[in-house]
Amino acid sequence: MSNIVAKTGNEAMAEAMRQINPDVVAAYPITPATEIVQIFSTFVNDGKVDTIFVPTESEHSAISACIGAAAGGARVMTSTSSQGLALMHEILYITAGLRLPMVICEVNRALSAPINIHCDHSDTMGSRDAGWIQIFSEDSQEAYDQTILAMKISEELFFPVMVTTDGFIISHAMSRLEVFDDKEVQSYVGEHKTPYNVLDIDNPITVGSLVLQDYYMEIKTQQAHEMMKAKEKIKELYADFNKKMKRNYSIIEEYFMEDAEFAIVALGSTAGTARYLCEKLREKGEKVGVVKPRIFRPFFAPEMVAILENVKGIAVLDRSDMMSSTGGHLFNELKSSFYRNSKQPAMKDYIYGLGGRDITVGDIENVLKDIKDFSNSKETTPDVKYITVRE
Amino acid sequence: MKDFFEIRWHGRGGQGAKTVALLFADAALATGKYIQAFPEYGPERMGAPVQSFNRLADREITIHSSVENPDVVVVLDQSLMNSIDTTEGLSEGGVIIVNTVKKPSEIRTLCKIRKGIKIFTVDASKISIEEIGSNKPNTPMFGALVKATGILDFDKMIFDTEDKLKKKFKNKPEVVGGNVKSIRRAYQEVISE
Repeated sequence: MSNIVAKTGNEAMAEAMRQINPDVVAAYPITPATEIVQIFSTFVNDGKVDTIFVPTESEHSAISACIGAAAGGARVMTSTSSQGLALMHEILYITAGLRLPMVICEVNRALSAPINIHCDHSDTMGSRDAGWIQIFSEDSQEAYDQTILAMKISEELFFPVMVTTDGFIISHAMSRLEVFDDKEVQSYVGEHKTPYNVLDIDNPITVGSLVLQDYYMEIKTQQAHEMMKAKEKIKELYADFNKKMKRNYSIIEEYFMEDAEFAIVALGSTAGTARYLCEKLREKGEKVGVVKPRIFRPFFAPEMVAILENVKGIAVLDRSDMMSSTGGHLFNELKSSFYRNSKQPAMKDYIYGLGGRDITVGDIENVLKDIKDFSNSKETTPDVKYITVRE
Repeated sequence: MKDFFEIRWHGRGGQGAKTVALLFADAALATGKYIQAFPEYGPERMGAPVQSFNRLADREITIHSSVENPDVVVVLDQSLMNSIDTTEGLSEGGVIIVNTVKKPSEIRTLCKIRKGIKIFTVDASKISIEEIGSNKPNTPMFGALVKATGILDFDKMIFDTEDKLKKKFKNKPEVVGGNVKSIRRAYQEVISE
């Protein structure tokens, strides 16, 4: 059988879940992630996985059930989107605070109001401080590969991981996908690792205890330090994945950056569209490049600065807003990263595509024109611009 | 400038515009192409105008925006052409394939389609009623598309599609033969000016 198949982003993630064969999946459906658990539930029904599938009455319950199972030593996964991730919010912090391995296949979608089912990154960005590792995928291939990789990262580092795709743009778009054999995936993810097992009656422990002024600070500081250390380990695990699974992923993807004068920074599917544009502009001799961070949490600040510090202008594309008057999430991270750096390229934020508004090659070409003008002018403000919007 | 081939499908909710885009992508993949297939997700209602899209290339397709300038437009329901400009964005030298009882020249006059756009017509509804037993013009239009564009090897495509349909309709094997026949017939019956 050929290992080249045609699958949508959701089908690709469901396939990765099947091959991982988790012990427990507890989930509640939500557009545009519904298909992931719907397809997975048919695998359960058809006996293609050994998973216990727990249909719950809400996302809050779904992730709570996942926590219980993970604390009991099970390999767990779930999937959600938008309001579903928002409803999980308090439990996201608990998952990370308990240092439980878990993978969420998260499909990026706008948050209400107004109600909207299409893509932006508001939902994932809303959970950026919960102590999860957050991985963005440009396409179905990355979603598939990184779901498998995420299980490993999660169990090696005892951090929960969410792997995201862009709602509808990727989740419902069929494309060419190169899949692994089941055995390859099983051998890669290996034996399940768990930090502790609350069901181990020979070694009784307390999980989720009350910790007040006496030790809460220490525990949270340790968690923060572990996240700092996780950065090197994540790099190693990407390298290990490339070697074992014959892929070529880096934590930050760079395109045409060697001599780029202007750079576009974007997460997810838009980075692909930007790359297409840059290929065309390079043919005309324009020195433009694209930087695609795959991982938003932890944020690889020095690495981003090293890639970008020699350009004249950086155009950051943000598919989410912080409603703070200072631009979007990626822009704010990057701006902070450049604080006290000796080289300070011009930087401007372009907030685009909220609620699934299309972003075309032409839109990104306009962004490049604008960043060139901005870089050449003496003005430093306004450095946030809303694009693809009616004036 | 473009290094991929783009198709826009127009249909009405329930006519299978999404399904045929997926089917076409799958068939193209089997011939070694890189593919994309995606629907436009608006409010989904039976009978409402819907669109779906394909991109095909000989190399990885990294563009993820919607299709603005298709090379080919396929119209599953001629009545859509009364209310929608189905040729919008269609590039010069582009192709439009319409499911209709009319001839291409009649469609050109009726829908005021400019010179430079090539028109193909086929009565896919009639074919599907005769071969499948109901008005499902999507699969026959797939055959017409392959003929009009020559983008895929027909024999390879029909072989692969039959295989895929057999898997898809495991529980309804009787529909496979009709679908395959309707693709073949539309391939033979589609006409240009």
